Amino acid sequence: MTTEVLTTSNTHGLSKDELLEIDYYLRLTRTLEERLVALFRQAKVIGGLFRSLGQEGESVAAAYALDYAQGDVVQPLIRNMGSILVAGAKPSDIIKQYMAKADSPTRGRELNIHFGHPERDGFIGQISQLGDMIPVMAGITLAGRMQQKNLVGLAFIGDGGSSTGAFYEGMNFATVQKLPLVVIIENNGYAYSTPTYKQTAAKTLADKAHAFGCASEIVDGNDVLAVYGATKRAVERARAGEGVTLIEVQTFRLKGHAEHDNQAYVPPEVIEEWKAKDPLPRYERVLMELGHATQEDFARIQERVKAEVDAATDEAERSPMPRPEEASMGLFAGDGYWEEKR
Amino acid sequence: MAETTYIDAIRLAMIEEMQRDERVFLIGEDVGVYGGAFKTSAGILDQFGPQRVIDTPISEVAIVGAASGAALMGMRPIAEMQFIDFITVAYDMLVNFTATSRYRVGSPCPLVVRGPAGGGTHGGPFHSLNPEAMFMNRPGLKIVAPGTAYDAKGLLKAAIRDDDPVIFIEHKFLYRRIKEDLPEDDYIVPIGKANIRRRGKDLSIITWGAMIYLADEAAEELAKDGVSVEIIDLRSILPFDEEAILESVAKTNRAMILHEAPLTGGAGAEFAARIAEKAFDYLDAPVKRVAALDVPTPYSPPLEAAALPDKTRVLAAARELLAY
Repeated sequence: MTTEVLTTSNTHGLSKDELLEIDYYLRLTRTLEERLVALFRQAKVIGGLFRSLGQEGESVAAAYALDYAQGDVVQPLIRNMGSILVAGAKPSDIIKQYMAKADSPTRGRELNIHFGHPERDGFIGQISQLGDMIPVMAGITLAGRMQQKNLVGLAFIGDGGSSTGAFYEGMNFATVQKLPLVVIIENNGYAYSTPTYKQTAAKTLADKAHAFGCASEIVDGNDVLAVYGATKRAVERARAGEGVTLIEVQTFRLKGHAEHDNQAYVPPEVIEEWKAKDPLPRYERVLMELGHATQEDFARIQERVKAEVDAATDEAERSPMPRPEEASMGLFAGDGYWEEKR
Repeated sequence: MAETTYIDAIRLAMIEEMQRDERVFLIGEDVGVYGGAFKTSAGILDQFGPQRVIDTPISEVAIVGAASGAALMGMRPIAEMQFIDFITVAYDMLVNFTATSRYRVGSPCPLVVRGPAGGGTHGGPFHSLNPEAMFMNRPGLKIVAPGTAYDAKGLLKAAIRDDDPVIFIEHKFLYRRIKEDLPEDDYIVPIGKANIRRRGKDLSIITWGAMIYLADEAAEELAKDGVSVEIIDLRSILPFDEEAILESVAKTNRAMILHEAPLTGGAGAEFAARIAEKAFDYLDAPVKRVAALDVPTPYSPPLEAAALPDKTRVLAAARELLAY
């Protein structure tokens, strides 16, 4: 049975170029992740690999609503690679991170997309203790206000991550301080193997906003333009001094928690249902219906994406691994380790 | 020179650093309007305003997390834990995010987390903590524990100016009991440098915090028997002044480490191991540690006194070492 999936077509003032640029980032995210899987299977990417298949739409759309020229900062979790690509992260840096290379942005110290400095890059890597980044993002936006910058922060958290104490403390603090912070809860139905009904008795995750006293919204996370619009509204509210918004985006993880996980705990018909709601084809259909794009445009974008991912892969494969003697360096200021060119 | 209590030394350090550097701000529970639970920040809100003195909800994770985020952006936060015991609530944030920020991703996180520690005030199990050992084994943090008003002011200034995160352990017992003549002009006590509080040749007592005064008492007592005790006030737990420790042991050949935190896994274990490793040939006796009993700090005065180190135990340990 196929279900008609309603996709909004309000383009929220985006130009044709911008609409195509969003498509570029969607395809770049998906293609780059596919390349990482290929490298993982060749044992060139080591450690875990966490895809955002099916969730690229909300990562890209939300991050696209920020204004990086004003110092806005996005904080991804592992399934938000699309968001840092929008903020300007280089595919070669991401591949180097996964391949643990000496010239990765973290010089081999950190894995996957755990990298980035808020001021320098417009994005900040997370740590694995979920929820911790919410207070940190509150602090980043607090500093922005103290420094009289008009910056807005965008933080991602999962349905599971929103159960942690750090999440509650960060949201509460940010809201009572009226900080310019937008928080997106990606409700993809599962935290690893734990379905949302075991995670919380709250009717919706957006309902948690009532505990903090902040604004909230629920959006179809696989409707790119809807996510963009909701985030844009929240960003504008934040920049106008109206404080925090909690946006629940409803989406789904079309693959397991990581490459090793076959998602056996998800009923197969649920996966099929969500495949039909894939954000990429839906977005491209809307663009074509609105007359903003053709299949040729998408083909050209895909060609460009493939060329960039190929070039990024070549560059990363040529990089050396870190030297063992570096392991003790860069803990404190003074040894100049981080001031060295990568 | 001005007579200044230990707590006033801390307040003055904060005021002077906030005057000197507009990036410095204070964040914590009741630090603003109330002036702090112990009045450590009395008057600071009036002087600097609510943008730089932030009264928070009861949220140690958010206090340390927000301070860390602000530090990434170039600010210099002082995050107060109302009692240092509550730093345990923020342990994850501190050791996983703050401490590792530079090593993992090259992002300096220069914040200070400070708060009143220690027993002897009938605070009971949750208001008497000495936390240094909890953080010593999580690389990326500096830990200081001043015992004098002079060191409190100088080390807090050094901590605020340090480009890396520092845990500043102030001892609540000393707040108003210690008064010293402090220089009026700006000075720093460098992190990682011990102070030789008393010079001697028969026994080294390596200690810090409120225990330096217990060491003084014991040294005076032993002097009556003609024993000359050297007291090394470490002041910095991490980095610590290994050179000062080893030089002292090379001279006296007998070492005692005295700390208020419980014995097992306390910071003294690290210093004892270091002495055994690097000064073995100089030792005429085993390294001895005098510390609290391995129990939570009890409330009732006779129990608390029994749990914490006292002069009797310090003297007994000293005499054991001298007789070895």
